[in-house]
Amino acid sequence: MNFYLVSLIKIVIVFAVFMTTLAYLQWIERKVLGHIQSRTGPLRVGPHGLLQPLADVFKLLTKEDLLPPYVNRFFYLLAPFIAVSLALISIAIIPFGPEVNIAGTHTNLEISNLNVGILFILAISSVSVYGIALAGWSSNNKYALLGGLRSSAQMISYELPLTLAIAAPLLLANHLNFRAISEGQAGYYLGFIPRWNIFQMPFPQIIGFIVFMIAGFAETNRVPFDLPEAENELVAGFHTEYSSMKFACFFMSEYANMVTIACVATVLFLGGWHPLFPAPYSNWVPTIVFLLAAFTFLFQSLQPARRVDRYTMPLFAVGALVLAIIFAIPILQPVLVPIFWFCAKAGFILFAYIWVRGTLPRFRYDQLMHFAWTFLFPLALLNLLVTALLVAIF
Amino acid sequence: MDTVLFIIFATIAVVSAVSLVLQKHPIASALSLIGVMGSLAVLYLLLGAEFIAMAQMFVYAGAVMVLFIFVIMLLNAGSEKSSGKSWFAQIAGLPLLIVFAVVMGFVIKRGFTDLRVVEFGSWVGGTAEHIGQLLFTRYLLPFEVVSILILIAILGAVVLARKEID
Amino acid sequence: MPHVPLSWYLILSAILFALGAAGFVYRKSVITVFMSIELMLNAVNLSFVAFSYQLHRIDGHIYSFFVMVVAAAEAAVGLAIILTIFKNRGTLQIDEVDSMKL
Repeated sequence: MNFYLVSLIKIVIVFAVFMTTLAYLQWIERKVLGHIQSRTGPLRVGPHGLLQPLADVFKLLTKEDLLPPYVNRFFYLLAPFIAVSLALISIAIIPFGPEVNIAGTHTNLEISNLNVGILFILAISSVSVYGIALAGWSSNNKYALLGGLRSSAQMISYELPLTLAIAAPLLLANHLNFRAISEGQAGYYLGFIPRWNIFQMPFPQIIGFIVFMIAGFAETNRVPFDLPEAENELVAGFHTEYSSMKFACFFMSEYANMVTIACVATVLFLGGWHPLFPAPYSNWVPTIVFLLAAFTFLFQSLQPARRVDRYTMPLFAVGALVLAIIFAIPILQPVLVPIFWFCAKAGFILFAYIWVRGTLPRFRYDQLMHFAWTFLFPLALLNLLVTALLVAIF
Repeated sequence: MDTVLFIIFATIAVVSAVSLVLQKHPIASALSLIGVMGSLAVLYLLLGAEFIAMAQMFVYAGAVMVLFIFVIMLLNAGSEKSSGKSWFAQIAGLPLLIVFAVVMGFVIKRGFTDLRVVEFGSWVGGTAEHIGQLLFTRYLLPFEVVSILILIAILGAVVLARKEID
Repeated sequence: MPHVPLSWYLILSAILFALGAAGFVYRKSVITVFMSIELMLNAVNLSFVAFSYQLHRIDGHIYSFFVMVVAAAEAAVGLAIILTIFKNRGTLQIDEVDSMKL
């Protein structure tokens, strides 16, 4: 019974954090994009637009739920459901931290420790094409159909380099289990270079990481590979006919896929929860980061850009200070510090997603396919071959 | 728990298979087939075949069926036309189907008397490690032959479908 | 808690195979006929894995792995043939494709 209770608690926590992340990822994206383009981003709802996600949810919930008369009703309603449920399922096997001991209960910081973790992720990501393809087909709309076809072709094409890029670190780790892969990346070369797969001897997986990230961008239909929803040619692509919550489902699934790709990249290439430098110092990094944040907030409140900042900034400072103190408590450190490092790495990759969106223009469709088959695929294959050769020799 | 899971997913598999046969629209049939494949993957997990379960999702549901759906969407294949045969002729084969299933069930019940009882987790033989070991030692020649078969199939598909559809 | 006898898996496999065979005979669209074949292959795979459990050997897993690979190859070629049929005859109904020459 204990197992079921612990699992239930873990599921509730992970689900709550995951959903909040999805909501606020969109706020962060709008803020970062705004600042990249010298705008301010959302600002009206709540201090610094912090309540904007909530407002968006209300807006989407209360909008009229259109059901066009010409659609294939069953599949039209099924598609967003498939998309969102498959997107949310993968987070279940991501390990956020090592095995911990909370109040006498030993447990892993993840929902499920699956033996074939990587294969599960690949299986889910290959099945998630259906949501988009069905949405495009059942809408009975030529823009939607073109978007759906494009996206299935794109996802099939980019799945090959993605899989090949994943295979190389698996050769180094000798395991399919995410937890074992993470644990295999502990330790440091010469005392300061982390043994993450991206730096791992005999063949550092830098090329693999880059290929994985590019293919990951394409798998999640993000800029510069957002051809399925290219607004200048396809109105809105596969979700042209969707409104209200059904649109929100597609929106949420896109962000959930982003988070999944970021987490998988963190586990496979960036060493999971292992910190950037050895233990006694790295334990204090979260505290220092949150202290710096608190000081920044205080400094900002002394010279407020807007009148409301005089009251909100000290509040944020207090929040950051509380977090800093929590991370400094020695009993909590073995649980919280690995999670902090994991979230920091995944967060960096998510930031890179937004950064790229603010920087790069969209590919043309033939360029997209050409890039996948004539550049990315051979590169991933070469990376795999060299890795295999070096692993076999050493 | 085993029994409940088996009954749920066996029911899903059979219902999806029936719907594959009866649905008029190719896309509906394809989705039913994906339902069969997904529930079979769960049954493989119950039988301790982790790798095969994931390969089932990855290869069958993920790659092969996407190809099917892609072709159906590309050809814009509509609903099947009725064959024009009488109502009686269409269900005349049904007794044959039932007889076939019953005979098979009978043979299985009588022919295999010392079958094991499936207990989830009691035997996990199908890990990727074991499969890989066997695949690259005893089954190395079939493996290589199959990879050449795949290569030929790719070339054949490219040659056959090379020209654009009007 | 009672466990599931292995014969249930085999019977399920037989039912799925019978349904696949029925679909192969009954359906008129080339694509659906093709999908019925895939259903039969899946049923066979299930009995391979079930027998593998019975013998506690994983050779059955390897066979079903090969079946999957061959099915993937078959799907690629088969769908290319379907595309060609549609291009040349403009139909997917199997009983309208009844002459060797156009």
